[in-house]
Amino acid sequence: MSTLSTTTSASTIEHRGHRSALLYNVYCEIMKTIRVPIFAVSLFLLPAMLFSLFVLPSVNELQNGVSVGKYTMPSFGVYVVMMAGVFSTGITIANERGMKWNLLLRATPMKISTYFASKVIMALLIGAGAAIFLFAFARITAGVNLGIGLWAELLGTMLVAMLPFIALGLFLGYAVGPQAAAGVANLVVLPLSFMSGLFIPYESLPHFARIVAPYLPAYHSGQLGWHLIGAGDDTSVAVHLLWIAGYSLLFVVGAFFFYRRDEGKTFG
Amino acid sequence: MRNPEIPVQLVNATKRYGSENVVNGFSFEAQPGEIVALLGPNGAGKTTSISMMLGLKRMTAGQATIFGHTPTDIAARQRTGIMLQESGLPATLKVREIVELFSRLYPKPISNQDAIEAAMLTHKSENRIANLSGGERQRLYFALAIIGDPDLLFLDEPTVGMDVTARNIFWERIRQMHARGKTIVLTTHYLEEADALAERIVVMNKGHQVAAGTPTEIKAGVMGKIVRFRSPRLALTSARLNALPGIDKVRTEDNRAELYTKTPEETVRALLNGDFDVHDLEVTGASLEEAFVALTTDPAA
Repeated sequence: MSTLSTTTSASTIEHRGHRSALLYNVYCEIMKTIRVPIFAVSLFLLPAMLFSLFVLPSVNELQNGVSVGKYTMPSFGVYVVMMAGVFSTGITIANERGMKWNLLLRATPMKISTYFASKVIMALLIGAGAAIFLFAFARITAGVNLGIGLWAELLGTMLVAMLPFIALGLFLGYAVGPQAAAGVANLVVLPLSFMSGLFIPYESLPHFARIVAPYLPAYHSGQLGWHLIGAGDDTSVAVHLLWIAGYSLLFVVGAFFFYRRDEGKTFG
Repeated sequence: MRNPEIPVQLVNATKRYGSENVVNGFSFEAQPGEIVALLGPNGAGKTTSISMMLGLKRMTAGQATIFGHTPTDIAARQRTGIMLQESGLPATLKVREIVELFSRLYPKPISNQDAIEAAMLTHKSENRIANLSGGERQRLYFALAIIGDPDLLFLDEPTVGMDVTARNIFWERIRQMHARGKTIVLTTHYLEEADALAERIVVMNKGHQVAAGTPTEIKAGVMGKIVRFRSPRLALTSARLNALPGIDKVRTEDNRAELYTKTPEETVRALLNGDFDVHDLEVTGASLEEAFVALTTDPAA
């Protein structure tokens, strides 16, 4: 029998001590994402499939001075963390707005900083997971081996490269409604990946794409990784980092603007 | 003036949507440890008022405090539990996960097990939220409202969609919370529910208060009889019905009329003596709901 129904005085109810909300919220955010089958497919299965179809056949050929297998690790790595960043934050936020979960959450003592910090940490962890899966898959199926040090550095680089796309996810999550969110996210990520030389190397892109690519965030994210494995372009890493920082700022400002607009509609 | 003793206070609150004041100069207060019901038909402004008290909707004018704090302060949120009419839950989390999450948001939560048991969801604790029935979701909202052991509990239309058994069990839970000294603010459009639970009822319609008092006082104010009849000449005579003695309210449709009165004998005598061409005369007791409707709808012209 529940203690609630038998006791009448507050002092005899057992109270738990205080525990971290942030850590458990990160756990919940991760569970919310990976329990949706489409995420597992988009972040793990699909990249593995694309790798098998397009890279495996030519994995030992040369590209920009390194093997194709090595060259595609940053390419696919950026694609994977970009998907992870945009989808894990964007789709979940759009859905949560649509079902008014944010209304109930606002009525609790949860701090807004906890809410957003959890989303960002979750995105980074999922991005890391997806990247590690990709690297392992490439190692096992194609024997691509960067050595443990370089793998670790590449992973770290991918997480830095992911930041603008986490911000983009926040932007989309507040700008777009739940029905449109998945569609818009795909419409953004896939062309962006192609145009930035992630699937087809920059040199092989059509003329107009080669002009546009250096202005795209995914291109600079990719360059961070390509520089690391010795296949980078002539621009310095510092410049690429500047582009990434710039796009992150742009998307954060956009996210903030649409967040305020959503606040006005929901709580106005 | 902010009084930390008063659990919730709304002063002269107004909420404007477009050109309409959905809530119009409404004031409301709950005393420590009381159960007060905010009663009114759909569209009366109850949910909007509650939202303003909780800082979930911006007021066009007015003030709101919870235990003397601004409602959006964490100090206020930590002492308040809420069961909202319109809200959602992440479908892929399990019941015990969402309860655990909420538990960590409060300084002195009760145990997950107690909250889940009070909501009678122990057998569903490992289920995902998506797999809960409508009634089970309602009960989960209740568990989430009480997990923080709040001193002030808001229940917005909590038993809508519940069957009679579930509603009675829920009412029992509310009484248990009250017995532990909690302050409870309940909104409902069921007079029966307000009557069963509340020590005090505030009746609201069209954005402002129309009556307040104990359940007995409210019922005494509205209980009466309904005189029903049919008349082929109703279109010609309906305007004079309001002038009959003892009339609280008149409703007419086609050639049928309903007269609400607390003095039916007087009304019927005047009706039969007047030139009304009355057929199929009936005098019945107004049920609680019918009486409530009479109180909260506009009188016919």
